[in-house]
Amino acid sequence: MAEILLEHVGKTYPGGTQAVSDVSLSVADGEFIVLVGPSGCGKSTLLRMVAGLEDISAGTVTIGGRVVNRLEPAERDIAMVFQNYALYPHMTVRENMSWGLKNRRIPKDEIAARVEEAARMLELHPYLDRKPRALSGGQRQRVAMGRAIVRQPAAFLFDEPLSNLDAKLRVTMRGEILKLQKRLGTTALYVTHDQLEAMTLADRLVVLNGGQIEQVGRPLEVYHRPASTFVAAFIGAPAMNLLDARIEAGHLRLAGVDLGRVEGEARAVTLGIRAEDLQLLQSGGLPFRIDVIEELGAGRVVHGFVEDQPLCVSLPSGAELPAQLHLGVAPEALHLFDAITGKRLPQSVHRSAKVRA
Amino acid sequence: MQRFRPFDHLILLLGAAFLVTPVVMAFMSSTHAATEIHMNGLFLSPGGEGMATYEKVLTQKGGFTGTVTGARMVMNSTILGLGFALGKVVVSMLAAYGLVYFRFRFATPIFWMIFTTLLLPLEVRIMPSYQVMSQLHALNTYWGLIIPLLASATGTFYFRQFFKSVPDELLEAARIDGAGPVRFFLGVLVPLSRPMMAAIFIIMFVYGWNQYLWPMLMTTDERFFTLMRGIKTILQVWIGSQIPDYNEAFALAVLAMLPPLGVVLAFQRLFIKGLTESDK
Ligand SMILES: Nc1ncnc2c1ncn2[C@@H]1O[C@H](COP(=O)(O)OP(=O)(O)OP(=O)(O)O)[C@@H](O)[C@H]1O
Ligand SMILES: [Mg+2]
Repeated sequence: MAEILLEHVGKTYPGGTQAVSDVSLSVADGEFIVLVGPSGCGKSTLLRMVAGLEDISAGTVTIGGRVVNRLEPAERDIAMVFQNYALYPHMTVRENMSWGLKNRRIPKDEIAARVEEAARMLELHPYLDRKPRALSGGQRQRVAMGRAIVRQPAAFLFDEPLSNLDAKLRVTMRGEILKLQKRLGTTALYVTHDQLEAMTLADRLVVLNGGQIEQVGRPLEVYHRPASTFVAAFIGAPAMNLLDARIEAGHLRLAGVDLGRVEGEARAVTLGIRAEDLQLLQSGGLPFRIDVIEELGAGRVVHGFVEDQPLCVSLPSGAELPAQLHLGVAPEALHLFDAITGKRLPQSVHRSAKVRA
Repeated sequence: MQRFRPFDHLILLLGAAFLVTPVVMAFMSSTHAATEIHMNGLFLSPGGEGMATYEKVLTQKGGFTGTVTGARMVMNSTILGLGFALGKVVVSMLAAYGLVYFRFRFATPIFWMIFTTLLLPLEVRIMPSYQVMSQLHALNTYWGLIIPLLASATGTFYFRQFFKSVPDELLEAARIDGAGPVRFFLGVLVPLSRPMMAAIFIIMFVYGWNQYLWPMLMTTDERFFTLMRGIKTILQVWIGSQIPDYNEAFALAVLAMLPPLGVVLAFQRLFIKGLTESDK
């Protein structure tokens, strides 16, 4: 168990690809950190630098107070779970779990006890003497977990460990991973491109974009106060609506409608509205033209346009909808971003003085 | 299940007959007396001389010096075949391991150099090899017979392709599991390569077993003669009777077939098992 410290970490691949640049992050002991971002943003690269599978081009990585930049993966006291499990095909489940311990010259009975304990935790007993090919995807995943657990490492590193599983199993395994991690209290770094996985697992989220940290924070904090349009669009489903709006004379205006009071001089802004923050009004509000309705069972997502800007709205299932809707939104639920840089603006929107009917 | 198709079976039977008949003929002929063969040609029916002929071939001392028996030649051929096969598997695995898993300068050009030697038959370098071995005083020794032929471009090539198909994550998992280069090789790659090793072993054993020109150059001492040479010499010098001992030549040929057959049968199991079970 240990804290992990990344200081100005960067990675340039031979050939010049700058995969990660200037990442600084401090992970507390026992914390579950999820690295999330779109494909190619450098999540795996960052994780593999912590693991010691990639050379670190810049900065330092410290695990449990030791700078590990020059240490072999085996000396870093970490365990890693791979996307394709990477179990040794010729070894039984038991051998897969104990091989790493044997290499470390841990006494036989100690190995047996640890494997026993891990097998009990992961309910792997019936499979201990099988080869990996005789296991289902979920079972293989558990063996990979077991191989990490028996090592009793300072930190677990996961690289998209669930992305080869079907949707249902993914939810189950997600729960199991979280339970295990909490129970063992081992620091975890977890890479995923699935924002839902990120939200449910993380103590803190790290959103990466183009090799740089876009935002770090608790899942709900990131959800409710995204630091940029990138984070806003990435976290949450359906993605947050981003619309061109204007601040004019102390009011926020979209499609000619006054959405509330806001400080600052006249300028163009990007307005973020979550689909679930929009409500139907009898009249007034934003005029909304329906294009497509996605029925999800529990609710529906309605896609359409405000003037000519696309917008989607989460609404309860039920009645037929007319082609033209009126939408309202609470001013506190509005997010303002710089129209050019995409960074969050400090201002917040307040209810206009005049009380709406 | 497929329907029974008479035509397919007919083709298979004909093919099998075509391949097996000469072998059966050789075996049957070897059980007849030499004079009978000389008069009547080859036989497809068993004769009465079988036991005597084989016993004679295996135990009778022959050659100019009268020291070499059939059994001795079988042993020599076996040593050569096994030495070849084992040596080639070991050497080419190590070479491929180096080429695939270690980053060193010129690895690719080196590989292509090795690869192009595939195109050169043994005969091209047989004189230089002979020269070297003779200066090392390695003529008429087993190691002199085996070592110069151990490097195998074919084997190296196949193992290289195989190692390249092993997922990188296995190496990474092993590194995290605290395995160094030696332990990764012995603990992961070698067990994974078993089907490949079996295949190369079979091919190389037969190749070594069938060597003719090289042992003929390297050995002048009859105690090192291999079966292949024995069969050849039998028709010329095997006891000076007027009629060549056809029956004994056939008996030796049949004997010469058995060990490769045994190797193939033994390894075929592992080979097929490895192929069907393998997943990396
Ligand atoms: N070995 C390599 N050599 C050169 N460039 C690389 C190498 N590995 C990755 N890259 C590049 O580095 C960038 C980050 O790659 P990385 O694998 O870390 O992305 P990722 O966030 O894990 O994406 P994904 O979600 O698809 O796994 C990519 O642009 C990729 O093309
Ligand atoms: Mg990745």
